[in-house]
Amino acid sequence: MPIWIYILASVIKSAVVLLVLLTAVAYTVWLERKVVGHIQNRWGPTRVGPFGLLQPVADGLKFLFKEDLTAPHVYKPLYIAAPLIAVVFALTSIAVIPFGNPITIAGYSIPLQVTTDVNTGLLLILGVTSIGVYGVALAGWSSNNKYSLLGGLRASAQMVSYEISLGLSLVGVLIMAGSFNLREIVDAQAGHFLGFIPRWNVFPQFIGFFCYIMAAYAETNRIPFDLPEAETELVAGYHTEYSAMKFAMFFMAEYANMITVACLATLLFFGGWHGPLFGPPILQAILPVFWFAAKVFVFLFLYIWVRGTLPRFRYDQLMAFGWKFLLPLSLVNLIGTAIAVAW
Amino acid sequence: MINVHLVLFLAFGVIALAGAINLLAQTHPINSALSLIAVMAALAGEYLLLGAEFVAAVQVIVYAGAIMVLFVFVIMLLNAGVEEHTRGSRVAVLFGIPGMLLGSLLVAWVVLRHSGTEAVAAGALPGAPKTIGPLLFHEFLLPFEITSILILIAIMGAVVLASKPPTAPPPIPGSAAIPGPRKVN
Repeated sequence: MPIWIYILASVIKSAVVLLVLLTAVAYTVWLERKVVGHIQNRWGPTRVGPFGLLQPVADGLKFLFKEDLTAPHVYKPLYIAAPLIAVVFALTSIAVIPFGNPITIAGYSIPLQVTTDVNTGLLLILGVTSIGVYGVALAGWSSNNKYSLLGGLRASAQMVSYEISLGLSLVGVLIMAGSFNLREIVDAQAGHFLGFIPRWNVFPQFIGFFCYIMAAYAETNRIPFDLPEAETELVAGYHTEYSAMKFAMFFMAEYANMITVACLATLLFFGGWHGPLFGPPILQAILPVFWFAAKVFVFLFLYIWVRGTLPRFRYDQLMAFGWKFLLPLSLVNLIGTAIAVAW
Repeated sequence: MINVHLVLFLAFGVIALAGAINLLAQTHPINSALSLIAVMAALAGEYLLLGAEFVAAVQVIVYAGAIMVLFVFVIMLLNAGVEEHTRGSRVAVLFGIPGMLLGSLLVAWVVLRHSGTEAVAAGALPGAPKTIGPLLFHEFLLPFEITSILILIAIMGAVVLASKPPTAPPPIPGSAAIPGPRKVN
């Protein structure tokens, strides 16, 4: 394929994925307010547009027009860089996620993912998300405020601790697929067990899936692991001193990370874009992307459901859970999978 | 047609060097730590250019993502302040810089002598996980296992150092009348 087509395709794909991701981020916030509202027996946003659907637009405008306050005691270079780091790395990690089979336009095969089909896709995502910790940690430190600092310290300790369980919980899937390539991992899950159960990794790897979901909730700082921003003890944690768009950027990063985690869970444990295909050819082309989006939606809904249901851990409980329960469990799962595959 | 690989190689090299110099020049520990992260990320880019994708990914995950987070964590926890720059010792200037130049010349000479002057082509190294795995677990199994035992010993040492039994606090003058918590054996 000529280089200019390659560049054109890359630019278009990046723009589309970024647009879809940012819209998804905005509407995940809407969904969260709506669902948590209904869980708590109230309506959530209803005023702006039908069902409050234009609420994200109103919120975005409000964040843009709010006064951007900078407290005089902050360390300015890092105070400004921290939200940028958080949001840039959160948005970058979506780049290696494949959404469907390659499509063919005018004789050229174009993979449905922003980057080309990289061999170490999964490792790239882990690397990018592990850099994302700095956004939160530096925000807490540079704010020069004890609540922020405590939030930043909690966040970095929590993310380093749970990253190990997160990585180990995925190794079981990797052993079964024999590849780091996300596309190959998905294709290994095509077909059915016994003719009717989909061949998803979640059935043989249910312990790995449990570890992954627990560690991923902790990595994204969501309830029940949202201690870095526990408002009853830390005001707002690492983003106490932030206002206007800088404040919103931390939330964009958090929701973008949630979406990446949901995409990864779909790809690794729930068969990615595989699902029943039927109808005319045009429907058959769209259905894989639809199945992918539907599975991701289920995971985002689960996130919100958990948030509306569970209380927050205490910090010592969080650390004990991570190191004394989740890490040994994921190690046992890894060894068990290795023995089963070798045997 | 410009050689894209060469441009990227030079760009990552400049970033790594600038980060390393910035690391020494900065007075605040957190800025130095962040420059070190930039150096490590740039090195990961160089590995990727050589085709060692697994090593590049591990470089980012382990060094830039985990070890440096601990560095930053400790700096934040201790709230280390700005350091004062001294002018340095004269011995370091007199012997250090010529010594460094001589050393790097020596290393360059040895490397060139044993590998020829041919540059490694971009993406030429077999760095895919599928080639590294068998190497680690077959050919270099013994060094690999010995390293893991070394790390295990280091972890145990850290645990022993950290779990020092609490010593009794010095008695506060005039507090003898208040019965303290009894020591339980």
